Amino acid sequence: MLSRTADHLFWMARYTERAENTARMLDVNVQTSMLPQSDENNAHGWRAMLGISELQAAYDAKHNTLEAREVIDFMVRDPDNSSSIVACLTEARENARAVRGTLTTEVWEIQNQTWLDMQKRLDSDLLEDDPSKFFEWVKFRSHLSRGVTVGTMLRDEAVHFIRLGTFLERADNTARILDVKFHGGGAEATRSEAMSQHDFYYWGALLRSVSGFEIYRKVYRDVITPARIAELLMLRGDMPRSLLACMDEVVQNLAEVRNDVSADTERLAGRLRAALQFSHIDDILEAGLHETLTRFLADINQLGDRVSRDFLVPLAA
Amino acid sequence: MAKFFNEMTADGLAHHASAEVREHYREFCGWLQRQSAETIERKRAEADLTFRRVGITFAVYGDDAGTERLIPFDTIPRIIPAAEWKKMETGLIQRVKALNMFIHDIYHDQNIVKAGLIPAEQIYKNAQYRPEMQGINVASDIYAHIAGVDIVRAGAGEFYVLEDNLRVPSGVSYMLEDRKMMMRLFPELFARNKIAPVDHYPDLLLDNLRSVAPMGINDPTVVVMTPGMYNSAYFEHAFLAQQMGVELVEGKDLFVSDNTVFMRTTRGPKRVDVIYRRLDDDFLDPLAFRPDSSLGVPGLLSVYRAGRVTLANAIGTGVADDKSIYPFVPDMIKFYLSEEPVLNNVPTYQCRKKEDLAYTLAHLEELVVKEVHGAGGYGMLVGPASTKAQIEDFRQRLLAKPDGYIAQPTLALSACPTYVENGIAPRHIDLRPFVLSGKTISMVPGGLTRVALQEGSLVVNSSQGGGTKDTWILER
Repeated sequence: MLSRTADHLFWMARYTERAENTARMLDVNVQTSMLPQSDENNAHGWRAMLGISELQAAYDAKHNTLEAREVIDFMVRDPDNSSSIVACLTEARENARAVRGTLTTEVWEIQNQTWLDMQKRLDSDLLEDDPSKFFEWVKFRSHLSRGVTVGTMLRDEAVHFIRLGTFLERADNTARILDVKFHGGGAEATRSEAMSQHDFYYWGALLRSVSGFEIYRKVYRDVITPARIAELLMLRGDMPRSLLACMDEVVQNLAEVRNDVSADTERLAGRLRAALQFSHIDDILEAGLHETLTRFLADINQLGDRVSRDFLVPLAA
Repeated sequence: MAKFFNEMTADGLAHHASAEVREHYREFCGWLQRQSAETIERKRAEADLTFRRVGITFAVYGDDAGTERLIPFDTIPRIIPAAEWKKMETGLIQRVKALNMFIHDIYHDQNIVKAGLIPAEQIYKNAQYRPEMQGINVASDIYAHIAGVDIVRAGAGEFYVLEDNLRVPSGVSYMLEDRKMMMRLFPELFARNKIAPVDHYPDLLLDNLRSVAPMGINDPTVVVMTPGMYNSAYFEHAFLAQQMGVELVEGKDLFVSDNTVFMRTTRGPKRVDVIYRRLDDDFLDPLAFRPDSSLGVPGLLSVYRAGRVTLANAIGTGVADDKSIYPFVPDMIKFYLSEEPVLNNVPTYQCRKKEDLAYTLAHLEELVVKEVHGAGGYGMLVGPASTKAQIEDFRQRLLAKPDGYIAQPTLALSACPTYVENGIAPRHIDLRPFVLSGKTISMVPGGLTRVALQEGSLVVNSSQGGGTKDTWILER
């Protein structure tokens, strides 16, 4: 497969996944802001949201206040925000368009239709009237895009690069959500102290943002504690959005596309997975969750660069 | 406007008037009369929606409003009886054969110039003449592997070749998509009429491209090369690559090493043997042509000249499809093939000649004036449809650079019934068959019918708001 083709497939998947994760985080904030809580807490939620995406500065440059409406608008469609949902879905579609011949008709049509519908939805008042409905739609389109990929495409390199993109992006996003919620939530290194009512909703929201609330109940059948949340989202291989689950997929797909120069990249991915697979959450909390996640994010970033160099934009031979 | 030929009734009246419907349209006409307006409207909306969702679009340059637009599709087909097509096909094969021989001759012995049939300066002063190609041998001596020859039918029903597109003719994807759409919307029509299929075009094209691989390559790797996704015909490039099952590459995907062209793949470099390139000569190789082009491949020309890669079409074919060379094509046919041309040329005034220029200037309001290097309906004057100011503007341009223009009588292009805002009305059409040359010359029956949707308009180019129709060659 052409390197450029693989590159477009990889980024098509990454942008789709990023749009979904942004929608998830925004939706959870909209939900929690409906709970009785102080303005300060409420503002804190939105600030954390901007922090996750490293967009606090870009937002402050344009806004003096921290209003839900403004943050949502900024994260969804501000033309100056290159990580907005609109920008991500547009990029996903542009990347798909560049390789439409490699995609099945169904995969291409989902990407194209999403982009067309997005414009229609944003022309209406939907985002103002019922933002959750819009976020639901973004998630749904992402599900559809993944499903149609698995359901219609030949399991060849194309699919492996798409999956690589999806899971590298998801690993990055899950780590960010965790980091910001722990680091910024005033709950650093919390283990099992009893929860206030506010805390319960706070951590519940975090779980919901990764579709993990019901899974948590099923897995632990116990009260919600931050330590277990960290364990669930980092170390449980059966939790589809956990770091370990993402790294499992990354390692598998990397092996499928192996070439003459990718051995070091595979080694890095394998090391990251092993670290998650054989860790105990108590040790991680002991060593510092924030430090661990910061290191993980740096490694994931490096892994992305290496995938690019080995497969997607190789230097001239 | 002069009286024009109506494809359905053979006269200038709308089809519902008393005029006799031509035999090959009768079955369709009867069917059309049985359809309710609602059915037709619903089908048209369905076609629109499908084209939009599938993303069958093209870009219009200089138009901010929509970088991607749908090409309007009309649901009334243009129907050609077998006998008419047979003649066209014979004429096309003859013409394209002669054109390929001409290009070979120009880049080798130039017998046609020595014979005094074409003035030497018409070749050397032509911007499309590529000295880099002089004395270079190409596989099977074929230069124009894919030709899109525009044919129109004038007042009394006779066919004319309007231009030979020998560089990177486009539109074949619309021919294929229009047929697919018609079969989807009106399957019953295909059961009733014996319509020659066209869907095998990509197979013919791939066969043709493989047949012109460099010597000694048994299983050639073919690629389609595009300037990129912002090119107006990008959809077509992607479509053809997908249909042929070959890679769609951009310049940056290719590189030259060891006098060989390679593409960068996820598993390392892979050799490329045949490049169906959809960008102009100027952009192919920044080392040889435009140094500012980032679309091409540095060093490509030297590999090409060494005969180690095939470009389709060849470099320098523009010397034969230029409007200043066009008037000489009938002579070429006689010279190379010793045959009489089957298809007519439109009478052409060459403004580089004093007497032709004088005539043109005196008759601007009734002539069509074209830039010799123009294409796509840009930079032309349609006298009868222009304002005084536009005509005066062109007069100045002509006087400033007479050898940059030719003029032709305004042909009353034939018309075909077409859906317009208030019902069905005749609109002017042309036809672009796609002729493939390799070891043999082949084509699928018919081609792309383009239609000028504005009443009275003669400009069918999609870049100027033209639409398309499915083209039926009826097998009898």
